[in-house]
Amino acid sequence: MSTVIVARHARTPAERFKDAAWVAFVALLLGIPMVGLTTVDQGGALAVTTRFGMLAMFVGASFAGRFVFRWIMDQFRNRRAAKGRELKVDRTPVAIKAIGWVVLGAAVAMPIAFSDNRYVIDTATTVLIYVMLGWGLNVVVGLAGLLDLGYVAFYAVGAYTYALLFSHFGWTFWEALPVAGAAAATFGIVLGYPTLRLRGDYLAIVTLGFGEIIRVILVNWTELSNGPNGIGSIPRPTLFGLPFERSPAEGTQSFASFFGIEFSGMHRIIFLYYLILVLALLTNVFVSRLRKLPVGRAWEALREDEIACKAMGMNVTNVKLSAFTIGAMLGGFAGVFFAARQGFISPESFTFTESATILAIVVLGGMGSQLGVVLAALVLVLLPELGRNFSEYRMLMFGTAMVLIMVWRPGGLLSSREPTIRLNQAGANKAAAIGGQA
Amino acid sequence: MAYALQQLINGLSLGAVYGLIAIGYTMVYGIIGMINFAHGDIFMVSAFIAVTAFTLLAALGVTSLPLALIAVLITAIFFTSAYGWAVERMAYRPLRGSTRLAPLISAIGMSIFLQNMVQLTQGARVKPIPPVIEGGIELWQTADFTVQVSWTQIMIVLVTIVLMVAFTYLITQTAFGRQQRACEQDSTMTALLGINVDRTISATFMLGAALAAVAGVMVTVYYGVVDFFIGFVAGIKAFTAAVLGGIGSLPGAMLGGLIIGLIESFWAAYLSPEYKDVATFAILILVLMFRPSGLLGRPEVEKV
Repeated sequence: MSTVIVARHARTPAERFKDAAWVAFVALLLGIPMVGLTTVDQGGALAVTTRFGMLAMFVGASFAGRFVFRWIMDQFRNRRAAKGRELKVDRTPVAIKAIGWVVLGAAVAMPIAFSDNRYVIDTATTVLIYVMLGWGLNVVVGLAGLLDLGYVAFYAVGAYTYALLFSHFGWTFWEALPVAGAAAATFGIVLGYPTLRLRGDYLAIVTLGFGEIIRVILVNWTELSNGPNGIGSIPRPTLFGLPFERSPAEGTQSFASFFGIEFSGMHRIIFLYYLILVLALLTNVFVSRLRKLPVGRAWEALREDEIACKAMGMNVTNVKLSAFTIGAMLGGFAGVFFAARQGFISPESFTFTESATILAIVVLGGMGSQLGVVLAALVLVLLPELGRNFSEYRMLMFGTAMVLIMVWRPGGLLSSREPTIRLNQAGANKAAAIGGQA
Repeated sequence: MAYALQQLINGLSLGAVYGLIAIGYTMVYGIIGMINFAHGDIFMVSAFIAVTAFTLLAALGVTSLPLALIAVLITAIFFTSAYGWAVERMAYRPLRGSTRLAPLISAIGMSIFLQNMVQLTQGARVKPIPPVIEGGIELWQTADFTVQVSWTQIMIVLVTIVLMVAFTYLITQTAFGRQQRACEQDSTMTALLGINVDRTISATFMLGAALAAVAGVMVTVYYGVVDFFIGFVAGIKAFTAAVLGGIGSLPGAMLGGLIIGLIESFWAAYLSPEYKDVATFAILILVLMFRPSGLLGRPEVEKV
């Protein structure tokens, strides 16, 4: 839907004042019922208290904030107008690639630099889980253009598959990993099949509903999932059978004793970090290879124009199903890692908010951009972490940041991504070669 | 039999509330083709405004019930529409003309913001208000069960019918409705013909918020308790109702709301209260499998 947009902005101080006054008026309207008035419990009954001081501060801050913001924006506009319209610097794919390598280098070196800071490495591990989830969902949303609001369901399936396989059959992390991936993929097919005829928002609500169904079942089917209490004491992954424990079981060796080094709790933290790094990188390589294959190009074609795809004789059903299944499988892998890292899972970790966060990472990063996902995951995980000092306000800031980043860069942080195929001579030869193979 | 009749009554009044919220989704979807993800939270904001207004009125000593109800409704509609306007202005208008997913994400951000703002300013605890309307009519008395319709339920259904008629008239008969439908068809062309598209969209968001405000007041009166998390649940249910009925269709939203209300109350009464949400979504998926554009939705025309 396109609309004629006429940019109107205040230029003179009087206009800026009027604009800020209007904002202050709206802030007053919004503030009266929420900031200015509140109900408090007084001897079993509610009583209304007023906070006019706070309301005045709120309105004043809105006025001043808007006035200053407009003034700064106008300075930018005037300067740009004086310089004439400058061309946007075109970020070449090479530059993006270079940034990618730098980020990768930093990720590899990170635990060495912070080898005694558990908090930093834990946070970095969380970032990487979201990166992996983002790369998984990118297949469904970014490449195939199917809006999935229930991605967390596959994450849950992966996590619970490992937890149940361990608690019933004693399977280890490495044994459960492929099975959990397969289980999540199966759920991907189960969800994908009935939704194939749906488009856009219908698909969104069905996937959202599916995510909720999985969560409600996990909460209520107590015999299977232990309900809201969750499943605990899930074992941590081992390094080729070497556990990270102080005192390993009789007749086995632990990581520390095998290498003859002193035991440290940090070994496990760092190992988990590298494990998710490797898993995430494998995901990345896997997805970027797929993108160059016929199936990957079919996804992108589907995203651009479904009707044209049908007209070209493409089997749209299979293409959609493959995107769902592969995305689900990657989510399942991430879920197994999550269960192994936390050692405890409960349905509370798999709510809609989680799905929304993962989707936000994909869209904020720039749809289909692999590096963008990394940047967005960094921003969205670190923002609430940095906000710990304002712990009450961190989710408020999180919501605001989501709105602001989207308004600032609607195409995502990295909206220009590397094209799947480049049409220069070398690229054309390569494309022809690939086409010949296919 | 008597028990079933009671469930029917409960389901209808619950469904009427879902329907009211669903109309807000449907109208916004109709005009900009997007889901207003913050709509459920606007409904929640309205419920909180209603709690404050009822408490304030009680403190002022207003005893006349119709007067108090009307005053609360007007207050809630006034302030909640401002919230609807603000959501459109901040999360949707700057993103007009960008990809479809961008406003979705900013609206989710808005929803998180509203939820946490209410939690911070109004407290995370459940807010109870004393019963506003008491009593009802005993419809049918059997040996061990009395079928009862409370005055609140009658009020909810009556208000919903009145609003339904008013909105159908507004959309189909008035100049504003014509502008709205024109924007829905082709917003660029409509703008060229001298209609302020931005203003029409803003007004649509405000009307949707006003309906959510009415629903918020009704729910506050009906249940007597409000907390900051009700927006999410009601939002999902109402959105499901809108999709079930065929998103973009006004009677569809109402029909979807009623169906979901009935399923919920019957499933909870006869099968299992824990799985009522599973039933709702399962039926949604089943309906969409066979009618991909919802019950009353028009099949989408594929443009080439």
